[in-house]
This record gives sequence, structure tokens and C-alpha cells, in this order.
Amino acid sequence: MREYFDKELRELNNQLIEMGSLVEQAIKNTVGILLKGGENGIDKAVEYEERINSAEKTIQNHCIKLLLHQSPVASDLRSISSALKMITDLERIGDHAIDIAEMSVYMLGKDNIYSMTHIPEMAEKASEMVTLAIDAFVSKDTELAKRVHDTDDVIDDLFNRVKDETVEIIHGDKDLGTQAIDVVMVAKYFERIGDHAVNIAEWVAFSITGSTEFE
Amino acid sequence: MDDNNAAIDVKNIKAINKVTFRQRMISYKRKPLSLLLLIIVGLAAFLSAAVLVFLIVFILIKGVPNLTPDLFAWEYNSENVSCMPAIINTLVITVLTLIIAVPFGIGAAIYLVEYAKKGNRLVKVIRTMAETLSGIPSIVYGLFGMMFFVTALHWGTSILSGAFTLAIMILPTIMRTTEEALLTVPDSYREGSYGLGAGKLRTIFRIILPSAMPGILAGVILAVGRIVGETAALIYTSGTATGTASSVMSSGRTLAIHMYVLANEGLYTDQAWGTAVVLLVLVFGINTLSAFIAKKLGTGKDK
Amino acid sequence: MDKFSIENMDLYYGNFQALKNINLHMQENKITAFIGPSGCGKSTLLKSLNRMNDLVEGCKITGDIRLDGEDIYGDMDINILRKRVGMVFQKANPFPMSVYDNIAFGPRTHGVKSKRKLDEIVEESLRAAAIWDELKDRLKKSALGLSGGQQQRLCIARALAVKPEVLLMDEATSALDPISTGKIEELCLKLKNEYTIIMVTHNMQQALRIADNTAFFLLGEMVEYGDTDSVFSSPKDKRTEEYITGRFG
Repeated sequence: MREYFDKELRELNNQLIEMGSLVEQAIKNTVGILLKGGENGIDKAVEYEERINSAEKTIQNHCIKLLLHQSPVASDLRSISSALKMITDLERIGDHAIDIAEMSVYMLGKDNIYSMTHIPEMAEKASEMVTLAIDAFVSKDTELAKRVHDTDDVIDDLFNRVKDETVEIIHGDKDLGTQAIDVVMVAKYFERIGDHAVNIAEWVAFSITGSTEFE
Repeated sequence: MDDNNAAIDVKNIKAINKVTFRQRMISYKRKPLSLLLLIIVGLAAFLSAAVLVFLIVFILIKGVPNLTPDLFAWEYNSENVSCMPAIINTLVITVLTLIIAVPFGIGAAIYLVEYAKKGNRLVKVIRTMAETLSGIPSIVYGLFGMMFFVTALHWGTSILSGAFTLAIMILPTIMRTTEEALLTVPDSYREGSYGLGAGKLRTIFRIILPSAMPGILAGVILAVGRIVGETAALIYTSGTATGTASSVMSSGRTLAIHMYVLANEGLYTDQAWGTAVVLLVLVFGINTLSAFIAKKLGTGKDK
Repeated sequence: MDKFSIENMDLYYGNFQALKNINLHMQENKITAFIGPSGCGKSTLLKSLNRMNDLVEGCKITGDIRLDGEDIYGDMDINILRKRVGMVFQKANPFPMSVYDNIAFGPRTHGVKSKRKLDEIVEESLRAAAIWDELKDRLKKSALGLSGGQQQRLCIARALAVKPEVLLMDEATSALDPISTGKIEELCLKLKNEYTIIMVTHNMQQALRIADNTAFFLLGEMVEYGDTDSVFSSPKDKRTEEYITGRFG
């Protein structure tokens, strides 16, 4: 029985890694649209979002089935319950990715005002955090998870700076007001992505140590 | 259980899971040896039963016509060979023997099972002795009784001497059967009782003995059978006096001895047959009574 | 408050050491579960708590076991100890007598004679064991005619009838169907308000469902002891983890 259960757990792990890499790709794609522009990127973004959503459903069902069949305890319980939590965060990241992508498309063809702010840096940090969180999961490494947690302050700072920068932009040119609001929203999305990455890192830590706190 | 399918006519259901004669013949055809075995064991069972039935019928045919009222007169004399005194003597000796032997036998068994440690040397010695004793021919007990109780203790040829001799004879039987009965009482009863804070004494008398009662009684019945049927051990100890024993110190013959003497003398063969019937009925009666008591005392089964 | 405290306890069967240096403190009004593979010594430990091991020949115990601070292997009368620490066995063992007499056996042993008082105790105990409604019309019937689940609850009622402080349960539900098991588990949760319950179980889900604290035993050693939720969600010892996740045992 244990053999079968172990096989199922390995499969769950693989499914999560796969979903994680989908999310990473979705973010890369979005950042690409945002910073470099590109009409056809949006089709890909939609496709990623759909694949992420269906991956979430699959993994969720798998977890519920394992909970029902195996009544897991100890590390088994921790990995299954953290998987259930992580996929929610992954899915949210996917949602934010497509939100950002849609807003970027809307801005295409106008003067790219993102580059006037710290948005590019935020995008870089956010995708770095997601990558780190997923790496932490793949390699079951609490050190990496802790690094995600620590990076959160950086992205929070960046968000505040973008906010200030936006206020300045509006002061300088009132016509840019609508766009400036979009900038804040995009910044908020990246900040949220960072938060979800931290959540993921915490669940990785929980599945390894039994606690979501980092020492 | 409530009979909730009263509406279904169970008797008329044609069940498919019954082995039919045809099926049986088919399987015997394949294995004729099993048919042969069936015939052999069937025959053995029939013959065993037949011998017993023949014996009983034979005794009844020979004895019943001789069951005259005279046979049950209170007095025995040479004109009327009454067996009434012998019946009374038999009952007295039986009761007396049991009074002597049963407490000792049960007590010894309780010691062996409940108190003695497992692997105790004494237990092994006692067991071996008991087994040996139960294999000794009864005439040996008779001779011992005659030399010890009758002569050495000066009890004379008396009911008491006979009862003591018989008591020694049946002691191993009662001890062994009681021991077996005690051993079949599940340990879980003992654990349960001790677990409630009951001591050894209470556990033995309230839990173990009642549970073992049917087995113990079976041993007593066996012993009674031996007492009632015994001749050799009694002939030199309680003697062959014809009257009803006036006290335990006087001599008196039991039914079995009565029969033995009558048959031996050859003068009252008819009365001997009659006595045989009485003995048969007595033994049957005692067995039925014991079975009844065992059922009454035998706890556990739902009444 | 510790109900039972065990310190530096060793137990030998002949030359075999069945329990090694056990140190364990069990709290009042809690359910403590002993888990571990067969032969790990958990039942042996349980039976040491009401000196049932005394019946086993060649069993030697060293160390210190106290009930409310009182040495149970000291001057305490063994029958009083067993009155205070009741036991329910793996296999239901009702005595071959009526339901009523089964329950009344304990109180009678400890000197209750009045019929009225006994009636009271019988009803009270059967109610406490949640079996009064099922049995009130068959008090005079033999206890052996009851179903397995009823017999086990009768045994619990019988143990409760002597008003113990602690209830030891040695795999008390292992021979029962899920419904009966559920009833007994619920009963344990109800009883723990008044009693301290210590149970040996092979059913880890059962320990999870009802035990406040769980101790894991392996090869005569107590490997881990703690509150059930942490033992089962994040065991500290690798051997506990391996056992409860079914990697061995």
C-alpha cells in the first residue's frame, strides 16, 4: 500500500512542479509584453491562464482523492495539505499575470510610461520570487524559501516608490492621469504576486518542518 | 430475532444449495472408496448402538416380569428377596462417598489450577499419581479398605468403611475432571474479575467454579456411576449384610453387590434380573437428575 | 496534575527486557493513547498500571510508578488499586451471568449489599456506558447473548460500576465493527470529563480521533510522547514518522 501511496505522492509532486513552471512561463511572457511589447504575446497569456486553471483543478482533485483514500498523517499530511494551499497561490499568480498582460496590451502603441518608473524592477523581482519559491519546492529547500520571504520587503519598498513616482507623473502631466492609475494597478499586481510567492514559500517550509514560520 | 419474513412460505422454497441424491451418486462414482468408508462407519455406528439396545432390551425382558411388589418390601428374608434395603444402602453409600470425595477432589483441583505455579514439580507428581490411581483395579482398593479401614481403624465391615474406600477410588476421577473443567474456564474471566479488584477467593467461588460447574458435575456423574456399579471394592469393606444398615457403622449391601450375591447363589436368578432393571433405572435416574442440575447451575447459556 | 507518573521503569519477562527506561506522565481527565507495532511493549506497560502483570510468571518490574503520587507497587492494596484503575480488555469478557449480575459483581466485591443501592449503580453504570436503553429490558438475561459491541460496552459499564478513577483500555475496539467502535469512541470522549483514560490501540485513526496525548513505542522504548495533533502532523522522531506513515511495522 505504501508503495502505491508513494507513487501517487511522486505524481502529485510532478504535477506541482509542472504547474509551477507554467506559472513561471506565464510571468515571463507577461513581463515580455510589458517591457518589450508584442501583440501575439496576449494569445499565449490566455493559453497559459487556461492551462494553469486546469492544472489547479487536476491537482486539487488529486489531493482530495489522496486525503480520502490514504488518511495521511505526518509528512504525507503536510505535503498534501500544503499542495492544496500552494495551488491556490499559484493560480492567483496566474490570474495576476494575465491581468497585467491585458493592461499592457491596452497600453501598447502609447508612450511606454512603465519604463519611467520602477515597474521593470518590480517585474524582475516578482518573477525572481516566483522562480525561487518554485525552486524551493522542487528541491525541498527551506533556505531558498526563506530567501523568498526576505525578498518580500524589497518588492514592498518598490511598490511604495512606484506609488510616489506615479504621483509625480500626475503632477508633471495631468493627461497621463489614467495611465498613471494603470501603473499603480500593475505595481499592485506585482506586489500581490510577491505575496503569493511568499505564501508558497511558507507552505514549502510547512511541508518540510511542520511550521510556516521561519526561524 | 423477530420473525420479519413471516409472510414468506419458507417451507415451499426450492433451495438450489441442497446436495441431491443424484449429485451424491455422481461423486461416489468418481470416488468409490468414500462410499465404502461411509458404509463401514455407518455399520460401526449401527452395531455399537445395536449392542446397547440389545443389552437393555434383554435385561428389560428378563427383569420386568420379576418386578413384583414383593421386590420392594421393606424387609429382606429368605422367602422374599427384597431389594429395597439394598436400594437404601446404595443411596446412603453414594451420598456418603460424595460428601467425602467431592470437597477433596475439587479442592485439590483448585489448588492445581489456580494456586500451584506452572511447571511445579508437586503438580506433576500429583497428576501422575492421580492417573495411576485411576488405573488400579477396584479389587485392590477393596483389599486396601479391608486392611486399613476395617481392620486397622477397627471400623469393621461397615457402610463407612465402604464409603471411604470408594471415596479414595473416585477421588482421582473427580480431581481430574474438575481440573479439566477449571482449565476450560477462559482466562479472560479471571482477568475480568481481578481487574475489578476481586480477590482470588471471590474470583474462584463467584466466577470460576460456577463456569466450571457443568464439567465438574460431569465428573461427579461419572463417579456416581462407578459407585453404584461397584462390587469388588465393597464386598470386603461394607460387606453383604442383607438388611438396611441401621447406622454408618453397620454392614449393608448395595444393589450391585445384592445382584452379585443373588446371581452367585443361583437361588434367586429371577430376582437378580429384577434388581438389574432397578439398577438400570437408578443409574438412568441419577444421570437425568445430574443433567438437570447441570443445566440449572450451568450459567452462561441463555435460558 | 499528573494522574499517573512512571519513572525509570524497566520490565523483564524472564531474560527478555520488554520495557526500557520508561518515563511517562499522564494527565488527569485526558485520553492518552499508546501506539506502536505489535510486541513493542505498549500493552505490557498498560497492564503494569493496575498490576495485571503480577499474574504473569517471570515478570519483573523495576522503577517507580505512582498514582496520584502514591507508589502502586508499595503499600497500596492491590485490590484497591484495581478498583481505582479499571480495565477493559481487547476481547469483551462478560462473565457468564446476567447483565445485572455482571455490573453488580464489582460493587458487591467491594461491599455494596443493599439491593436498592445496587439497582441504582447498575442503572447509573449502564447509562454512563450509553447502553441503558438497549439493555434495560434484559437485565436478567445472560450477558453472553449480547452482540460483540454491546458486550464491550457492558464491560465498560462493569468497570465503571466500581467507580474507578482511571480506565485502561487494551485495544478495546479492535474486534468490533465500525459502528460499535464509533459508539465506544464517543463514549470515551464523554467519559474523559470524569475519568482518566489510557488506551492501547492499533488503530491510529482512533488515536487521532479521540486521544489528547499519544505515546509511540518501539522495541520496548518510548520513542515519542506529546499531544496527539503534533505527534501525527509533525512527529519529532524519524521512527515515529516512519511508523505512522506506514513505512514499516
